Order: sequence, then structure tokens, then C-alpha cells
Amino acid sequence: MFTEKVASEGTPVGRRIVLGMVALGAAGIAVGARVERVLERAIDPVRRNDPTGLSDLVPIGNFRYYSVTSSVPRLGPADYRLRVHGLVDRPRTLTLADLGAMRQTALVRDFQCVTGWRVGNVHWSGVLLSDLLAAVGVRPTARALTFRSFDGSYTESLTLDQATRPDVLVALRMLDGPVTHDHGGPVRLYIAPMYGYKSIKWLGEIEAVDHVTPGYWEQRGYDVDGWIGRSNGRDDDPV
Amino acid sequence: MTPSEFPVVPTTPGEPAVPSDPGRGGGSASVRRFGRATRLVHWTTAAAMGSCLITGAVLLLPPLAELVGRRRLVETIHLYSGLALPIPMLVAAGAVSYRRDVRALNRFTTSDGAWLRARLRFGAWQRARARGATAGGVGKFNAGQKLYAAFVAGSILVMLGTGVLMRWGPDLPGGLPDAWRTGSTFVHDLLAYGLFFGVAGHLWMAAHDPIARVGIRTGTVPAWWAAREHPAWTTSAARPHRTLDEDTLLTDGDDPTSEDDPAVRPGRARSPRG
Repeated sequence: MFTEKVASEGTPVGRRIVLGMVALGAAGIAVGARVERVLERAIDPVRRNDPTGLSDLVPIGNFRYYSVTSSVPRLGPADYRLRVHGLVDRPRTLTLADLGAMRQTALVRDFQCVTGWRVGNVHWSGVLLSDLLAAVGVRPTARALTFRSFDGSYTESLTLDQATRPDVLVALRMLDGPVTHDHGGPVRLYIAPMYGYKSIKWLGEIEAVDHVTPGYWEQRGYDVDGWIGRSNGRDDDPV
Repeated sequence: MTPSEFPVVPTTPGEPAVPSDPGRGGGSASVRRFGRATRLVHWTTAAAMGSCLITGAVLLLPPLAELVGRRRLVETIHLYSGLALPIPMLVAAGAVSYRRDVRALNRFTTSDGAWLRARLRFGAWQRARARGATAGGVGKFNAGQKLYAAFVAGSILVMLGTGVLMRWGPDLPGGLPDAWRTGSTFVHDLLAYGLFFGVAGHLWMAAHDPIARVGIRTGTVPAWWAAREHPAWTTSAARPHRTLDEDTLLTDGDDPTSEDDPAVRPGRARSPRG
């Protein structure tokens, strides 16, 4: 037959392309982490001086926007409130101005996501969570904190020991400005030694409780104690 | 989208076909180009790929992520679209007509090489001349179509492999080395851009050839188009005045000699066994 003759002619280049791509993909899995680190270093200065924002489309070395809900209200100085309650002596509802009037602490630390991306040397500042807890007077019966986002869905948790570390911030500023809405502003948590999912965005409520309740992603398989490099099957360098 | 079935020429079975000269735009002579299996694979793969690309863009690009949110839902759709991608091809591997198309896509002839080199010629005039000189060797698929098919097949395998490692790597007994997971993410993200531009190119080419679109939608193309675009495939189609075999006219489907035979047949409703 005519078609049979045509089909048996020639070389199987298609198969070679497919196999070649699979081989390249496997090589990429093996060395991709190293290549990505080199590219991150290369793209960082470009991104800092890029007025167009086009370099943000390069999916390397940049914050990615994660939200679990379809939309999050935009709150500002007029309508933002942080409610601190539960097993505390002096429950309070704080405005942005209240938080701004407290002692500000600055940190320069990386942000490491559990999905692999990392943004280096981010400038953070805000109120140490331990300062805030001291201000409301946590009762001895309290063992943990539950955080709730004003996005209506996201929750997180910390033990009281974790929450009083000197590298856990109620962040008001990051990246040399107020925390923007997309980064979880006006107020978010920043837990330096833990993966990003622990650093709850759009922080609306802190409740002192007597036991840890796993947060949003933790109910979906992530480790409750999200130490960088020591949880979720990952071995990233500590920040 | 599902392949629609309609007769190109409403001929009833048994009614003798009226051959027309395709070179003069007679129009009614048509050629079977794609069997049902091939078209189903094309459209189901296209749907899954489109879903992967759209949800993937939402997961990867911050402006889209901000617009859509609902990360968990988008992730779930992306995951299942991706897992569905190879299924149509695997299922269709049981169909003779589909396997023959795959074989034709796999094999590159010397004229395919000449065709590709002609596309890469420098200078518009030289390129046009080289393209003209190599057009006659194009079979059922041109070399660009063959390259694209291989690229998509390879991409699906790589995206599947890296995606599975990203999703289930940490659950493996002993755990996946972290660098491998980061490497998988790197490959997955990079190839996503490649696939986006590849698919965009595919749609661009399709947008410029309405007859090719009719071909992948209905399975049938006019003989004059086949003779112009795929002369080495439609050698016999270019001579439509040959005596038409009644059997070839009326049987269609799994018979390996008829499904793909570029012999001219009047367009008509396909048999249910296509």
C-alpha cells in the first residue's frame, strides 16, 4: 500500500526527540537546583533595577502570591484591627497606629517557601510577637496560639515556646515599605526559622489557647512544626 | 470541543460519486485525513493541555494568582488535568488508524530534512525558493508538524514526571532528595514556558489554515487542499479521475487499508465504527 510504504520510510526522529527530552528533563531534575541558584544570583540585580516589572515574570528568586480564597478584603489604617484574646489577662483590639506605637524590631532574613522558592535578605520590621504577648498578659494555662487571617479561611498555630522566640515578628514593614496587600498586608506574621506557610498573611486575630490546633495547610498534610530544613521532608539551609 | 460529524458532500451510500477535478477547484472531491481515534486524541489532549496551561499560569504568575486566588482548587484542577494528559494517547494506541498516524509523525524522511533546512534559509528570496523546491516532498505531515508532535509528546512525559515528583516526592519511602524536588520545579516551570510558546505557535499556524482546521474537526479535507499542502501524501488524490472502488467508497473504519488511504472519496457521513 502507498501509505504503508511512506510510513516505513525514514528515520524515527520523533522518538529520538521524545527520548532526548526525557533525558534532558532527568538531567534538569538532577542539576536544576544548582542552576536555579546561579540564575537567582544573576536575576536579582536585574530585578532591582527593572522599572517595567517584566523580570517578575521570570519564575525565579521572587515572591509568589499564594492565597487560599478567591478574594481578600483590603484593609488600611482606618479599618484594620488585630484582635488578641483567649487565655490572656487583658484582651485587646489593636489598630495599625497601636501596633506602630509599640517597640519596633527589625530583622534581615530570608523567606523560604515549602514549595522550594526562596527570597534572600528580606528586610522585615514590626512588633516582636513576645512583646505583644507580654502586653496582653498570657495566662499560665495557655500553651499555644491560634492565628486567624481576615481572608476568612486561613489559620495557623504556634506553641507558646515558638511564639516567644526573638525571630518571630508581627510584621508591619517588609521590602523597605509597609507590607503590601499582596504580601499579606497591612499586618502579617513573619516566623524566620519556619517555612512560609507558617507566616500567616492578613493577620486578623490571635487567640491564646491550651493546645495546638493544626492550621489550614497542616490539616492538608504539612508539618505543624514547620522548621526550615527539618520538616516536610526537606533539607533547605536554615535562614 | 468534540469532533463534529457532517458530510462534506451529502452523498447517500450507493450513489455513485461524481469525481471532479480538484485542480480547478471543483470542490466536491475530498480525502479522509484523520480517523476518529486521532481526532478524539487531538481534542481531548487539547482540552487537558489547555486546562493545564491556564491553571498553571494562575499558579505561576503572581498577577493571575492575585486575580483568581483559590489556590487549592486551581492546584487540584491542574493536577488532574495533568494526570489525564497521557490517557487519550494510551487508549487510542489500540486503534490501527491512530498508530499509523503516530508512525507517520515519528518517521522523518530526507525530504523532511530538506524542508526544515529550507525554513531556516537566510534571506526572504532564497527562503521562498527553497520552500518552493521542497514543498513537493511533504507527506501526510510536514516536518514542522512532526517536530511539534514529538515536542508535545516529550513535554507531556517530562511534565508528568516532574509534576509527580513535586506532588508525591515527599511521600516516597525515604523521601526525595530536596535538590531533586527543587530541580523538578525548575524543569516544570521552564518547560511550561516552552509549552506555552509551542502551543501558541500551533494555534497561530492553525489560525492561518481554515482547511486544516476542518480536517482535524471533521476528519475530511478537500482533495485540492491535500494536493497543495501534502502532495507526497495525496499522490493518488491529485489524480481523482481514477476509477473509484465501490468498497473503498462505502467501507470505512477499522479496515487498515481504507481509514488512511488517501484515495479520493466523496465526503460523506462516517460509519459509526470510524
